[in-house]
Amino acid sequence: MKILVPVKRVIDYNVKPRVKADGSGVDLANVKMSMNPFDEIAVEEAIRLKEAGKADEIVAVSIGPAKAQETLRTALAMGADRAILIETDDDVEPLGVAKILKAIAEEEKPGIVMLGKQAIDDDSNQTGQMLAALMGRPQGTFANTVEVDGDSVTVKREVDGGLETVKLTMPAIVTTDLRLNEPRYASLPNIMKAKKKPLDTKAPSDYGVDIAPRLKTTNVSEPPVRQAGDKVEDVDALVAKLKSLGVA
Amino acid sequence: MSEIVSEGGMDADTFAQFTDQLKRYVRERLMPAEEQVLEDDAIPPDLLGEMRDMGLFGLTMPEEYGGSGMNVPQYIETIRVLSYALPAYRSITSINLGMVCSALKNAGTEEQKSEWLPRLAAGEIACFGLTEPGSGSDSAAMATTAKRDGGHYVLNGSKRYITNAPHAKLGLIMARTNPESMPKNAHVSAFLVDMETDGITVGKPDKKMGQRGSHIADIYFDDVRVPADALLGGEEGRGFATAMQSLDNGRLSIGAASCGYARRILDTALRYSGERKAFGETIGNFQLIQAMLADSQAELYAAECMLRDAAAKANKGKAIIEAASAKMFASEMCNRVADRCVQIHGGAGYLAEYEAERFYRDSRIYTIYEGTTQILQLVIAKNMLRDFASGAAA
Repeated sequence: MKILVPVKRVIDYNVKPRVKADGSGVDLANVKMSMNPFDEIAVEEAIRLKEAGKADEIVAVSIGPAKAQETLRTALAMGADRAILIETDDDVEPLGVAKILKAIAEEEKPGIVMLGKQAIDDDSNQTGQMLAALMGRPQGTFANTVEVDGDSVTVKREVDGGLETVKLTMPAIVTTDLRLNEPRYASLPNIMKAKKKPLDTKAPSDYGVDIAPRLKTTNVSEPPVRQAGDKVEDVDALVAKLKSLGVA
Repeated sequence: MSEIVSEGGMDADTFAQFTDQLKRYVRERLMPAEEQVLEDDAIPPDLLGEMRDMGLFGLTMPEEYGGSGMNVPQYIETIRVLSYALPAYRSITSINLGMVCSALKNAGTEEQKSEWLPRLAAGEIACFGLTEPGSGSDSAAMATTAKRDGGHYVLNGSKRYITNAPHAKLGLIMARTNPESMPKNAHVSAFLVDMETDGITVGKPDKKMGQRGSHIADIYFDDVRVPADALLGGEEGRGFATAMQSLDNGRLSIGAASCGYARRILDTALRYSGERKAFGETIGNFQLIQAMLADSQAELYAAECMLRDAAAKANKGKAIIEAASAKMFASEMCNRVADRCVQIHGGAGYLAEYEAERFYRDSRIYTIYEGTTQILQLVIAKNMLRDFASGAAA
């Protein structure tokens, strides 16, 4: 069984994002970028399935600029077998990503497409669901545990108030939640081996899908700064203050 | 700062990818385990296993012997990054990566290299035995002997202050093969000794001022029979020269440890300056605190630049003056930064509850081992005078 793992190059989770002065987006010039943490969890889960003998090949795919190669190399260093880069400098929205992934899935015929539930840059949380709809295949989103048995995959989903268990017939789409696993670090020997693993580069046009943006970002702004609280001397002052604010 | 030179080492992209992972590994795994290491006075075995898997014991071994083939600047940068965490993590890898690896690379026979380098790269721990109760760098007084007996050498004597001795599988041991002291230390030979050989006893680890989690101990040799092919390079009388060859790298490694740790110390001082309040404001607002922070930053930056430059020069050949200068300056700098960190912490800096106190004790060794500041002053001055006299100085 083959697993397809899409990975996205995003602003590093340790970086404090800064909004561009003109409000057109987040300033990414000279900012550290790395693999979307939810995608790292997806790569890790795919590797664990392979180590458990449930999968035999892991293909990592990324859609983005030439630099997204680094993200794919990280996936290869962690344990993916080969990688495909769909190179584009355009902004590709979740629907566009899902269309390209559908085309790749038709070529590669994976048993599972394992995606992060969302990317930490735009927090869309849409690609996996859109892909499932476009492919007409079952989806197990927000995976907390994943078990493969024969031609089905059982996913425990993180839902409000607990876990929901769904059994999907493969091919299936799984999106990973935070608590599914703790991704490994790419070791130096594996980083070196990853250099020799195949990485194909293609263009969106190779798949003949329309990825023109449907959405327009009108403005991006910093979250409002939290106002400082007031300190009062005693209980009487507190009560008076609350009354003056009309909350008591 | 200038880029890390990749000439003769790993390609730059691979190296960058590794340092990225290592920085994360330091922050997310090694630093959270520090309390545990301090409490147990040992690195937890599973964490040590992880460090082996990460490839941290194989940085300097050539690729064909199971290592990663880093050049000097890459190795030194890696040590600097690693040294942001507790010193014990660097210490456990240091003899493998430094002294023993370069001795094997420079002087080992093909058989010795293929036997030991892959094992060292995989994380079997090595120690290096030169110092004795009655001798250090003055090898004329060396008392440990190795006497040829048919197909074997028989070792007798003792070694003192041997880093990693309690954990070592391989000992690179210096011993006298000639009772007469000879010019250029030709009476000293180096032996690759399996530390499980009969007749070897390792003493109890010494109690130290700091550097908890790393261990030094005495080693006693009592009629220890090693096969003749344990003689490094298969040639008597080359031991001391071999040891001296890798001094540059050893000094740079301590320079890197000093820079990495000083960065951690300064970050800690900065954090405290922004948190601690006195007279109604954070102490970072006070100019005398700011002066200590600024002096620390300027000196640390200078040391980092020196270290990188010296490593680039050592990559091309000998860099005795540069490596000694970088080690001397960086280790003294680290002690000044640690001292200021205590001072910025005020009373809290004297309490074991805060890290500042530990930083102060841990840093103290850096101006001592791999050449004290005073020995390095002599090395630098002697080489300058010699170069000047021979017209080599530019």
